[in-house]
Amino acid sequence: MGWFLIRGWALLVYIFMFLPVAVVVLLSFNASQFGSFPMTGFSVRWFIELAGNDAILRAFRTSLLLGSLTALVSTTLGVLASLALIRYRVPGSNLISTVLIAPILVPEVVLAVALLLFLNALSINKSFLLLLMGHVIFTMPFVILVVQARLVGIRRDYEEAAISLGAHPVQAFFQITLPLLAPAVFAGMLFAFTISFDDITGTLFWKPGGVETVPTQIFAMLRNSISPEINALGTVMIFLTVGLPLLGMAVARRMALQRGS
Amino acid sequence: MGIEARERRQPWILLAPALTSVTLLLFVPLAFIVVYSFWLRTATGADQAGFYLDNWQEALGDPFYRDILLSTLRIAAITTIVCAVMGYPAAYFIARSRGNKAILLLMLMLPFWISYIIRTMSWINILGVSGALNWLLQATGITGEPVQMLYNETTVILGLVHFLLPFMILNVYVALEGIDISLEDAACSLGSTRWQSFLEVTLPLSLPGLAAGGLLCFVLSAGTYITPLVLGGPRDAMFANLVFEAIITQLNWPLGSALSLMLLAILGGLVLIYNHFLGMGQLMKGLG
Repeated sequence: MGWFLIRGWALLVYIFMFLPVAVVVLLSFNASQFGSFPMTGFSVRWFIELAGNDAILRAFRTSLLLGSLTALVSTTLGVLASLALIRYRVPGSNLISTVLIAPILVPEVVLAVALLLFLNALSINKSFLLLLMGHVIFTMPFVILVVQARLVGIRRDYEEAAISLGAHPVQAFFQITLPLLAPAVFAGMLFAFTISFDDITGTLFWKPGGVETVPTQIFAMLRNSISPEINALGTVMIFLTVGLPLLGMAVARRMALQRGS
Repeated sequence: MGIEARERRQPWILLAPALTSVTLLLFVPLAFIVVYSFWLRTATGADQAGFYLDNWQEALGDPFYRDILLSTLRIAAITTIVCAVMGYPAAYFIARSRGNKAILLLMLMLPFWISYIIRTMSWINILGVSGALNWLLQATGITGEPVQMLYNETTVILGLVHFLLPFMILNVYVALEGIDISLEDAACSLGSTRWQSFLEVTLPLSLPGLAAGGLLCFVLSAGTYITPLVLGGPRDAMFANLVFEAIITQLNWPLGSALSLMLLAILGGLVLIYNHFLGMGQLMKGLG
């Protein structure tokens, strides 16, 4: 009886999580020009209009570039730091961990204000560079958490075996440790990309006038009213942000399986 | 140089880029806005360097700011409680399910990945004047006219709960997974009912997870300004909206600095209290 209630409750929670998202996808295929119920027919016209909307395409390019660069920089920094924390006995490693995680312990609005004002004082104005630095600093803690969790599971014995068999430490790193690390690096990059691609809180503070990322573009479009075009854009985003990590997980699993065999 | 010395130096070389970035892009900027908050915005628009208490007097003394601060804390508290009440049974279901836990968790993570702005605006499709619910109400003849259900405090909380619920469920789930299931069985075999064994064994052991989830929900909802802008009315501004207004709209950066630091002091204080009693470990488990 109790379990029955819990199951019912959980089902309701899942419906609560998915229903609004499902409605976005549903309405994006609505033929009606108002983007609301009732559904008047199935149509992909909003996706076609989307593909011809320069502002949205520009926002997509900005978001992709920003997300990729963020993933690259923040994963590089994060992997190096994680290696140091897991592979070496560093004095004060607890404090160092906390310091590295600090950007997600500070509310993002405060981080956004502090970075904007400080860099402005150094004459670095709102720009793509500022956006990149901001995104790197708040994605890096997530990369470190993810990479550290994976790194703990990789035994150092392999690397040491290679060195004792005559490999140079650098050689051992690139030929033994890095391939073992690849799924963790990949997961970190994906995580950083997704968080950057989705960010709006910091981005609205840092972005120069005229530059929009996909989330800020949607936000700006919402100022008018909700249109079928926003739902179509939402659908594209949903498939991107859900599809990419799923793909990433599949690739990571394949890589892990191949090494296991 | 000996091998030992190199061993000692290597981790610092690896840590240097990350530590430098955090220092230059977070700690120094935070110190900078502490200084900046004592400067003064002059009528000409230039910032006057110095040591003025005006911004702090305004931020701390003005009833307008105080009221919005209180309502922000109230909204964050309600959001956290609703997340706990909705999320705990769901997490319990996943943890104790005999089905495929990985799939159940994955289903929960999917909305997590979907863009925050899209999940927030998706409620307009449901609750808006021309949304699904109004269409349903009119189609069934319950109402003749569309009802405006959006743009109030309740819809702000609704949007926040929808955004933060996965954080809560994930943290509670991690804690529940760590509990030896035979403890509950032992309590039962010693004569307690299922419900008693839950209340006296499982619930207390899962409290650290509940606290971690609660902290995340509270801190993230108290720091938001997007949800009130999308789902709230003109009177539903939260504290972070004041910061955004001061910095971006009014360009009053000294005042914006003071307001930011106030938010940091309150939310950072909560994180420190949490850290003191429970440590960061539980929180990191849920995030990673």
